[in-house]
Amino acid sequence: MTERDNVKQGTDAILVPTITIRPPRGWVPINFGEVWAYRELLYFFTWRDIKLRYKQTLLGAAWAVIRPVLMMVVFSVIFGNLMKVPSEGVPYPLFNYAALLPWTLFAEGITRCSNSLVEDATLIQRVYFPRLVKPMASILAPVVDFAIAFVIFIGMLFYFGYPLIITMLWLPVFLLLTMVTALGVGLWMSAINAQYRDVRYALPFVVQLWLFVSPVVYSSNLLSGPLQVVYGLNPMAGVIEGFRWALLGTDPPTSLMTVSVIIVVVLLISGAYYFRRMEKIFADVI
Amino acid sequence: MNDIVIHVENLGKRYRVGQLEPYKTLRDTLVNAVVAPVHAVTSVLHGRPSTTDGSRSDNTIWALKDVSFEVRQGEVVGVIGRNGAGKTTLLKVLTRITTPTEGYAEIRGRVGALLEVSAGFGHPEFTGRENIYLMGAVLGMKRAETDRKFAEIVDFSGVKTYLDTPMKRYSAGMRMRLTFSVAAHLEPEILLVDEVLAVGDAAFQQKCLGRMGEVAQGGRTVLFVSHDMGAIQNLCERCILLEDGRIRNIGRTRDIVNEYLTTSLAISNVPLAERRNEQRRDATLIYTSIEFQNSRGQKLSNLSSGEDTSIVLDYLCKDTQKLEDVKILYTIKRMGENIVALDTELSKNFEEIQGKGRIICNIPRLPLMPGYYSLDIRSYSKRIITNHLYDGVAFYVKEGPFFDSGLMPPDSEARTLVDHSWVLEEG
Repeated sequence: MTERDNVKQGTDAILVPTITIRPPRGWVPINFGEVWAYRELLYFFTWRDIKLRYKQTLLGAAWAVIRPVLMMVVFSVIFGNLMKVPSEGVPYPLFNYAALLPWTLFAEGITRCSNSLVEDATLIQRVYFPRLVKPMASILAPVVDFAIAFVIFIGMLFYFGYPLIITMLWLPVFLLLTMVTALGVGLWMSAINAQYRDVRYALPFVVQLWLFVSPVVYSSNLLSGPLQVVYGLNPMAGVIEGFRWALLGTDPPTSLMTVSVIIVVVLLISGAYYFRRMEKIFADVI
Repeated sequence: MNDIVIHVENLGKRYRVGQLEPYKTLRDTLVNAVVAPVHAVTSVLHGRPSTTDGSRSDNTIWALKDVSFEVRQGEVVGVIGRNGAGKTTLLKVLTRITTPTEGYAEIRGRVGALLEVSAGFGHPEFTGRENIYLMGAVLGMKRAETDRKFAEIVDFSGVKTYLDTPMKRYSAGMRMRLTFSVAAHLEPEILLVDEVLAVGDAAFQQKCLGRMGEVAQGGRTVLFVSHDMGAIQNLCERCILLEDGRIRNIGRTRDIVNEYLTTSLAISNVPLAERRNEQRRDATLIYTSIEFQNSRGQKLSNLSSGEDTSIVLDYLCKDTQKLEDVKILYTIKRMGENIVALDTELSKNFEEIQGKGRIICNIPRLPLMPGYYSLDIRSYSKRIITNHLYDGVAFYVKEGPFFDSGLMPPDSEARTLVDHSWVLEEG
């Protein structure tokens, strides 16, 4: 064999993707390259989730509006009018709705995420794809609902005579933070749910409790100084106060936010590792 | 050395039997977590070895063990073995759907896999068109690739008129055809295929087989799992025979298929009652025993050409169900090739069957050539399958008195025996 052939063969060997299959060992990081290679599948799963969302419903996408708006109305009557919960000088409906925007996205995201592997058990047992794509898609799909609900928020701003403010440019950042938080929690939930269906029973209850320990119906200003930092351990506290600050110009929740962001990062990384570890046995246990 | 595209070394996959249960609850695990250390301590106190994961070793099964082989570029290799021999597990490990417990495998090239597509896996709410894209994406096709092959896929599937109908309105057959059609148009360098030919009607099976042949001739590497010895012999140059998760033999297809049929002969002596797991899980008519008898009602272990023979099947209806319009179909195969069909429908189906009983099929003067055969047993009630024992029984036919002379035609000249006589009329 001439030297030229040798070189040619060498390059061929590099071009051909080689898959190595070994028993799983310990904790391995997420293979982001692979997830990227499967980005079309991510797109398709997201598209599927969006399309399926309101199939065979009477009101269709109106649900994206009905849910947060009805919650806002009920909360405004009970907590705003009757209990007079302080709302940092903002009209209570606005104050509450600005929190319900990320909250609905988060609650919807983790609920769907936790179910994302189980609902496609047959697929997981028959086809290989990076499993991470599924929970990611189930976080992306509810963003459409978020966008619809946000239009209502703009309308409310005009109704209450509130201006559009420059901090609103931060919205994408907080939107991303909400999604990352949901993904962090969702990764844990979906991986546990693959093996233990307890999640199915626990989750609706957890979501309900979480709503009330998050500053949705009240302001985190009810807590002072050091307690704020502790409160930030609930990552949704940071997310929600961030939204209020960006959309309504309330006080910037700096210390709370810092703690929340750290927690989110920890959640995401640990969730990703746990998911990766459990990924190996999904097909066997699901 | 460089043309080896699949390299498998000492691959093993162990299932904990408990893991085969659908799922467990957190409570069970918590209880186990509390109990396991106690078990561990007691076993240490009793001087018994304790496994590292706290489970007893008898709770595990090796679905695959010490499997090593190599496949070269462009080879079509068959994987055969009885149900539960580890064929599907092997493909699941190679496609990365599940991970091995030990060993190592390396695959060079883009891998496409077709596993249990029989059920189809599109989404019922989506139309056929949407599902083609969805399934394409799931199977690893780029959108542009699906676009390009769309017409071909639709054409192959034969569901063109239903393209914009939600898949939930499809029949099971249509769903499966659509899935297979998408999968059949994958163009990976290495194709792993599991039992795709066990689906659909005969015409579609033929089409699938044709497509598989094209793929094989296209220079792609194929690992092909099937029970269908005919298809295996048509497509594969080499075969791997698995038995209880281990490789029993690797070699030329003809030899290996022969060996498989010979070994399944020994196994088929095990009563059917102990082989319940090979019958369909959703069976409503359970086969409890099958045997061959001669005209005097004596059990035969070997059959002879030309001898009056009865196939006696004992059955048990599940629950108290009454089955109506029952069709029984025996297919006698040799080297995977259908030789004879014995079908109640050719005369008259049984009107009604219930409880337990015995179905007897009489064959006067058995017209089979000497050799190894397998018997495939299927039953239907009102055209719905009630059970299927895939090549469940193997048997040997020895030379016998089919012809008065006792002679047999050479194997190369005949497949079955036909009664005939000669007359010479001299002009």
